Amino acid sequence: MAEYTIVVGLEVHVQLQTASKLFCGCANRFNPEHPNTQTCPVCLGLPGSLPVMNRKAYELSVKTALALNCNIARFTKWDRKQYYYPDLPKNYQISQYDLPFSYDGWLDIAADDADAPLRRIGIIRAHLEEDAGKNIHDESGRGNDSQVDLNRTGTPLLEIVSQPDLRSASEARRYLEELRLLLTYIDVSDCNMQEGSLRCDANVNLHVHSLDGKHIPTPITEVKNMNSFRNVELAIEFEAKRQYEEYQRTQQKLGDVPKTTRGWDANRELTYPLRSKEEAADYRYLPDPDLAPVTVTDEQVAQIKTGLCEFPADRRQRFQDAYYLSPYDASVIISQGLSFADYFEAVAKIAGDGKMAANWVTQDILREIKERQLTEGTYPVPADVLGTLLSQIHANMITTKSGRDVFQILLDEQNEATVTADRVMQIIEENGLKVVNDTGQLTAAIDEVLERSGSQQAIDAFRGGKENAIGPLIGQVMKNVKGADPKQVREMIVEKLK
Amino acid sequence: MTEHITRDEVLKVAHLARLKLMPEEVDQFTAQLSNVLEYVSRLDELDTENVEPMAHAVELSNVFREDEISPSIPIAAALLNSPKTDGRYFLVPQIFDAE
Repeated sequence: MAEYTIVVGLEVHVQLQTASKLFCGCANRFNPEHPNTQTCPVCLGLPGSLPVMNRKAYELSVKTALALNCNIARFTKWDRKQYYYPDLPKNYQISQYDLPFSYDGWLDIAADDADAPLRRIGIIRAHLEEDAGKNIHDESGRGNDSQVDLNRTGTPLLEIVSQPDLRSASEARRYLEELRLLLTYIDVSDCNMQEGSLRCDANVNLHVHSLDGKHIPTPITEVKNMNSFRNVELAIEFEAKRQYEEYQRTQQKLGDVPKTTRGWDANRELTYPLRSKEEAADYRYLPDPDLAPVTVTDEQVAQIKTGLCEFPADRRQRFQDAYYLSPYDASVIISQGLSFADYFEAVAKIAGDGKMAANWVTQDILREIKERQLTEGTYPVPADVLGTLLSQIHANMITTKSGRDVFQILLDEQNEATVTADRVMQIIEENGLKVVNDTGQLTAAIDEVLERSGSQQAIDAFRGGKENAIGPLIGQVMKNVKGADPKQVREMIVEKLK
Repeated sequence: MTEHITRDEVLKVAHLARLKLMPEEVDQFTAQLSNVLEYVSRLDELDTENVEPMAHAVELSNVFREDEISPSIPIAAALLNSPKTDGRYFLVPQIFDAE
């Protein structure tokens, strides 16, 4: 039995893709080269300025919450969360406290064991708040001033809080990957971790399994500063080991000590203590008197719901059903993002063979994308061209081997100019790749090869029991009749030599 | 009269607001805030059993602006009130976050 179970809940902050900020008309744009150029009295927190809610930000929030299967509150309001920090010019953040706009949702993710059923991870709530500015610390160690850039202040930010339902570091990572995929599908955020549009904190503790079968919870730590999904995974793994060692040393349980906050040091691959968090009550939340509450009707929620696209999870299932893909192939395609799944689907429809289309796009196309370092949304050959090529293979008009040759020619020509589906047929024609079903022509070619004096050795070896010995003979026939099906040639030679 | 706020609570609130109080001010504010709370506590006498909780003082909802960009102010104006600046950033004493 394992010594402990890891228990993780994630708080994810996502910047919403609006044109302007949450409460003012300043541009919502990542722009670190020009600090403090996207501010106004509202987001600088100057006296007398008044915030007004961005309609689009609220709508994108509802859209996201619906995609996360949340309930939408018919009445919601905003509160002031009060604390002092240099990146927070008003000395309070406009956030949501007791009446968030959405609550009680879930997100299904793959289990650690890929064959096990999906794991349903609960979402406690999603609420809409404003982002703070950015502090840039002097890392020279000389104690220089910190720089504050308020371009980010007031950016619409969605906080998505999961239940502590995650049971391993890799599960936490998959939750984040699935969440990012969903958010990019519904087009509410670009989820760019490098630019900070998706950020994640992890609440981690253990249930230590005692000898008498009890599960003893250890104190919770909140881990911050993880700037990639890989780092989230590493930080949780590190934290689990650290907490177990600490528990063995101190025997401290949940409740014995207050919750602590730790930072992740990606270079040293360890967590270190940060200042202990002020208690929630110390934020002295109060309803923001400058902002009117928002109410929404069932009809409005239903309308936003109908505007939602197909979600990745649904599409994954549909690909399995409609194109006879394995769960694995469907997952690989979906995880590449919306554009790639669209590409696959366009190819599969024209090819008339989903499984073959899946093999080609996940192997040949992904490899070419990688080698050519193509940007997202661009492909080595257009979907209808690949689809047409595969349709020819599927209809046994050309062999798979010929298909690969045509693909290579298409790749080379695509480098010069965009190839079209018509070109596929031309290439097949020009290179005489059409499968030869004319057995008379094949029989003649086979006879010709078998009569060559050089063939005798292979024929004797075959008759002596070495089945593979006729390989070179097949190759020679194929050379003469390019469009021949190697399987058919083999069968005919075997028949003849019996 | 019952004590509505203690000296310790006043000190805590002062700390959260980053205010430094002289000892005689702590006494003064403890008494004054107690009076304020005493006055407000009279509302407790009302029977609110069947009254909807009020989340906002204004009887107004759904005040939105459209998602349109309006010009920001020049950087010089943004930094005007900064106690210290290099012309690009607000400068503040080094923030310690780590160990």
